[in-house]
Amino acid sequence: MFELLGIPPQALFGQLLLGLINGAFYAMLSLGLAVIFGLLNIINFTHGAQYMMGAFVTWMLLNYFGIEYWYALVLAPLIVGATGIVIERLMISRLYHLDHLYGLLLTFGLALIIQGLFRNEYGISGMSYRPPELLAGGHNLGFMYLPNSRLWVIIASVVVCFGTWFVIEKTKLGAYLRAATENPTLVGAFGINVPRMITLTYGFGVALAAFAGVLAAPIYSVNPNMGESLIIVVFAVVVIGGMGSILGAIITGFGLGLVEGLTRVFYPEGSAVVIFVIMAIVLLIKPAGLFGRAA
Amino acid sequence: MVRQFAFATSALAVLAAVPALAQDAIDVKIGVLNDRSGIYSDISGEGSVIAARMAVEDFGAEEKGLNVEILSADHQNKPDVASTVTQQWIDEEGVNAIADVPTSSAALAINEIIRNEDAVFLNSGAATTELTGGACSPHTVHWTYDTYALAHGTGGAMVREGGDSWFFITADYAFGHQLENDTTAVIEEAGGEVVGSVRHPFPGSDFSSFLLQAQASGAKVIGLANAGGDTVNAITQASEFGITQAGQALAGLLMFVNDVHALSLETAQGLVLTESFYWDLNDDTRAWSERYMEEAGDMPSMVQAGVYGSVLHYLKAVEQVGSTNADEVVAAMKEMPTDDPLFGQGEVRADGRKMHDMYLFQVKTPEESEGDWDYYNLLATIPAEEAFRPLDEGGCSLVEEAAAGGAEEPAAEEEAEGEEAN
Repeated sequence: MFELLGIPPQALFGQLLLGLINGAFYAMLSLGLAVIFGLLNIINFTHGAQYMMGAFVTWMLLNYFGIEYWYALVLAPLIVGATGIVIERLMISRLYHLDHLYGLLLTFGLALIIQGLFRNEYGISGMSYRPPELLAGGHNLGFMYLPNSRLWVIIASVVVCFGTWFVIEKTKLGAYLRAATENPTLVGAFGINVPRMITLTYGFGVALAAFAGVLAAPIYSVNPNMGESLIIVVFAVVVIGGMGSILGAIITGFGLGLVEGLTRVFYPEGSAVVIFVIMAIVLLIKPAGLFGRAA
Repeated sequence: MVRQFAFATSALAVLAAVPALAQDAIDVKIGVLNDRSGIYSDISGEGSVIAARMAVEDFGAEEKGLNVEILSADHQNKPDVASTVTQQWIDEEGVNAIADVPTSSAALAINEIIRNEDAVFLNSGAATTELTGGACSPHTVHWTYDTYALAHGTGGAMVREGGDSWFFITADYAFGHQLENDTTAVIEEAGGEVVGSVRHPFPGSDFSSFLLQAQASGAKVIGLANAGGDTVNAITQASEFGITQAGQALAGLLMFVNDVHALSLETAQGLVLTESFYWDLNDDTRAWSERYMEEAGDMPSMVQAGVYGSVLHYLKAVEQVGSTNADEVVAAMKEMPTDDPLFGQGEVRADGRKMHDMYLFQVKTPEESEGDWDYYNLLATIPAEEAFRPLDEGGCSLVEEAAAGGAEEPAAEEEAEGEEAN
């Protein structure tokens, strides 16, 4: 049997596919961050906690109200997105006239508080979420056994990422958003309610994080720290892609998932740092990120 | 100069008078240092603090003239944080004993600090056998379990059942490496082989890649040399990828009752694991655990039980010695037999190893379980002498000193006094 880079090609395909699945999570989360940063100029450190909330709300809907996964897929992002809107109205909106740093500190503090509250109530060991029947099985692809729940992650995230990109880049609503990013005063002068648009955009970004959380619930153990470890990597993805670039966030998300997946095969000890090494290199060569425009 | 001398003398006189006054009430400060927010916070965390308080209460510290204060802090599973807190506690707070420390790398760091201080290290949560082996210290007592006991318990049982080829998924730090090494020794001794291993970043969340590598290896047993949330995630994902269904067995080399609780019996059923404590062992453990649960909300892990046992035994030793002098208290801890409702009767060996039986459990099926926290069937009781590494194999220097007899003791005492004067 021929081998590729020292491992059988079947195994390599399997690993690449897994990398792509992880990349799907990176893409969805970094997309939300990019949307929020693009319009609000806020570095939303609460993103990881909001992803965790998405998973927890999914778990709560099933265990407290008996509401199935498929409904949670819509409900959880709506609920968590609504909390995001409250946070934006009550707190973040007061910081727009200040430096980025204040928004960062506020959202970071909120993330710690939210995590602490969940940890206090549910402990750290986490809960198991039983996947719905349709996602419980899997397909044997010949080179690997692909669980339906993971296949679903790829499908759902590609749809959501493309949909978001399409709305922002190709529709009239997206044109308003992009215009408001460039010059909010001028867009406001044309009679568009910019503050409301900003609020809804934040809510949407948060809902994206929660959606990723729903997808994660049947795969990872639902626990209060699940977003903490992920969010740092996602920030690196956003930086590599270029702050605020929608397409950059999606492509680097999937791409870095693949790179990380390969590292797990060839040098697993390095898989936790490989993305940061890439980040450092990209920052040295292209400080604005791969898809970013220099300010 | 003369005045300074006079001042120093009077200060010394005051100091000398303190022990006499302290006869009425000895101040004891115990710092519970563990993970309060990360992946080990359910198995240690606030629960260990509750267990320590229960030990103080059950010992009847106040009536026996001990004024015990319990402190707590988060070491975040980082050796540097653990070292800083320990040094600060000893220097500024006058802490006499540090309890728990569930992360091996942090425990080894603290072990080195306390070796040279007048303090005692009551380790419950860490796994590394180094604490009672090459790195053993005259101030350290290692209570609950170690990698040798886990490797021989779970590893030995799996090999006897025919699991003679292994692939390891190992947490990439001191604990994981050692657990893998110890289990490898057990497997090879029994004629089995290790076909491969992979080291994952700690803590991790996605194990699918490593599980796929394990699957490709064709090994009969996939050994999980990790703990807490890492083990839970790895087992959940192994079931998701159909690995267990396809016939490969999982060996969670270090598992706690909280992990089974998080996994749910559906996923965890049939797993074999080794623990030194389970709430439903006997009347004593049940009674204590009910009390604990009232306050903590969950059943205790063996680590929390170990904090109770070690703090209780420490307080007994302090009472007997009549002071918190670390050398004397640890000597008394090793001299006195141990006896508590959770671990029964036992002893602390010359190398600091606490000796008690270990238990091999199998996780019940959902049908067998009669309710919340009813998770284990007892497969076998492993006698202390078999469970832990023989005294002469650890390479601990204290063992030879103990064997050489008490001839050197007075010298050691003088030295200790000299240090105190400094």
